Amino acid sequence: MSLPPIKTVRGTAVVIPGDDIDTDRIIPARFLKCVTFDALGPQLFYDERYHEDGSSKGHPLDAPGAENATILVSGHNFGSGSSREHAPQSIHKAGFRGLIAGSFAEIFFGNATTLGMPCVTLASEDLGVLQAMLQRAPETEVEIDVENREVRAGGQVFPAMLPDGAQGALTDGRWDPLADLLEGVEDASRLAHDLGYLPAEGPS
Amino acid sequence: MSQPKSLFEKVWDAHTVRDLPGGRTQLLIGTHLIHEVTSPQAFGMLRDANLPVRMPERTFATVDHIVPTHSLVEPWEDPLADEMVQHLRRNTEEHGIRLFDVTSGLQGIVHMVGPEQGITQPGTTIACGDSHTSTHGAFGAIAFGIGTSQVRDVLATQTLVMNELKVRRIEVNGELRPGVYAKDVILHIIRTLGAKGGIGYAYEYAGDVFDRMSMEERMTVCNMSIEGGARCGYVNPDETTFAYLEGRPYVPKGAAWDAAVERWRALASDPGCHYDDVVVIDAADIAPTVTWGINPGQGISIKETIPDPAAASDEAERASIEDALAHMKLQAGAPIEGTKVDVAFFGSCTNARLSDFLEAAKVLEGRKVAPGVEAIAVPGSQLVKAECEKRGIDKIFIDAGFEWRGAGCSMCLAMNPDKLVGDQLCASSSNRNFKGRQGSATGRTVLMSPVMVMAAAVTGRVSDARDVFGTPQEVVA
Repeated sequence: MSLPPIKTVRGTAVVIPGDDIDTDRIIPARFLKCVTFDALGPQLFYDERYHEDGSSKGHPLDAPGAENATILVSGHNFGSGSSREHAPQSIHKAGFRGLIAGSFAEIFFGNATTLGMPCVTLASEDLGVLQAMLQRAPETEVEIDVENREVRAGGQVFPAMLPDGAQGALTDGRWDPLADLLEGVEDASRLAHDLGYLPAEGPS
Repeated sequence: MSQPKSLFEKVWDAHTVRDLPGGRTQLLIGTHLIHEVTSPQAFGMLRDANLPVRMPERTFATVDHIVPTHSLVEPWEDPLADEMVQHLRRNTEEHGIRLFDVTSGLQGIVHMVGPEQGITQPGTTIACGDSHTSTHGAFGAIAFGIGTSQVRDVLATQTLVMNELKVRRIEVNGELRPGVYAKDVILHIIRTLGAKGGIGYAYEYAGDVFDRMSMEERMTVCNMSIEGGARCGYVNPDETTFAYLEGRPYVPKGAAWDAAVERWRALASDPGCHYDDVVVIDAADIAPTVTWGINPGQGISIKETIPDPAAASDEAERASIEDALAHMKLQAGAPIEGTKVDVAFFGSCTNARLSDFLEAAKVLEGRKVAPGVEAIAVPGSQLVKAECEKRGIDKIFIDAGFEWRGAGCSMCLAMNPDKLVGDQLCASSSNRNFKGRQGSATGRTVLMSPVMVMAAAVTGRVSDARDVFGTPQEVVA
């Protein structure tokens, strides 16, 4: 199973301001009732975007030009709460290919990385500068340079943080770890026997 | 003696299959728990890749998120919910996975079923496609929530790619004041360290207060580790742990039990081991705590006033308080006590165990739910429900005006028919007060302990249970 290396993500961006944007907001629980992820996408931030009668609340995702954006920018602790992969799946299916924030909740970070969506963090001050720039000029092209851990926009270069493991996985085309894990299954079985997990005892 | 290690390091090292590039680890998952919402897509991915389930005997399933709590007659009203449970049944049967179904008498929220059956054991690694998997850390397990692609990874390989976590020891020493519960302890910790304070950490809960807690109380605390940003939280196993587990269906028996206890005893963090951070809290500083905002870190003592954005330390905090107050329709500077309540929800993997029901029933007995308040009590498992009914606890709730429901996640996340309507304000024993969490985009959640939910139910207001019911004489750890 070979995957394309992900070295850069380039495109316009949407800023969703604020900290602690939780996965219930990213995709409300009522949309989790699905046995595949195929139909996800339009439900992204649904309750933040639409009134109960379906009319628009004027969310940044519905601003002119936002439909072509490939990068999502937010604040600290993005993706907190529920482990639902439906959250990064719906971001991905809505066309986004990379995220920039102050920090990410860990489960979200892992889920997004496994989909090949880099999640990089910027220092708070730089994040503020980037957000202000994008709010002033939404058409600005943003580039997430995964290989060099930088974010470039409007002639400025911001140092970005991305843990080594995730960076390597993305740039080496190993971001979906299943192939790596399958290489270790024999060792895993031996360890499961050594630790007494196998043979498994039934209930008494 | 070798280098002293924390429980986290011991369990991590023991379960390391191999190191992967970039500092990542292939980690063996001893026990995999699955449910109907985050597993069908994973089984689909497995089918697409033509892979079998590697260790079906190490995976256990139940249904919880979408289960209706008013009637289990099938087909369920909600066709999507019905479809999801049918998928789980098919997938578990096809792959030889044990399912604790609604007809078993053992079904319940996945984080209740594991401990009840003795599937949750010290020193194991436990993963589940649900963030509240941290609950199982109460037993000295390293237990964490995962996404659906990772559910696929565990099904296919019984392993995961993980980055090692740092360990923060959180000591709570001294005695809790009367009327302060495990829920208040964790709400206080999250308030103190922040909803994102735990990113990158495992939390080790230690000190007098956790030493004295029952297993059910420890589960309440570990459950909400994720609300503080920590992927997992744990308590070192001790005699309380072993006493809880002894005799449960899936624990070893006879000589094997003695050997297991010996092994488990050695897992506790060694004196002098390295911690990446240590936080010490005085138990006496913890009051009955409630949330006022839209993340679990936005909590205050019941006697405090609602924060004022004007007093915020920076622009981000100011914006965050304003956003929360606008959603909650609360006034900066006003007391939280006295806020009108529309719904009282008693349930969830945080607080729906037998001890929660016993404690709540003690204060509710002989009282009535205030007019205009909808009150529902939802045991976390069929075993808890049956035990409550055996003891006549259900009557206390029904006589008071509560609806007495079947086991499931219910209004904690409102994937079943139990939902807030419009901007109803819910006094809730659950774990998340996010916008829209309880099924209405404008619904409002105030998190609190079960006893505080009882106080809110009978007064129709966010209330100090110590004033409503009198300060309890017996201190509950």
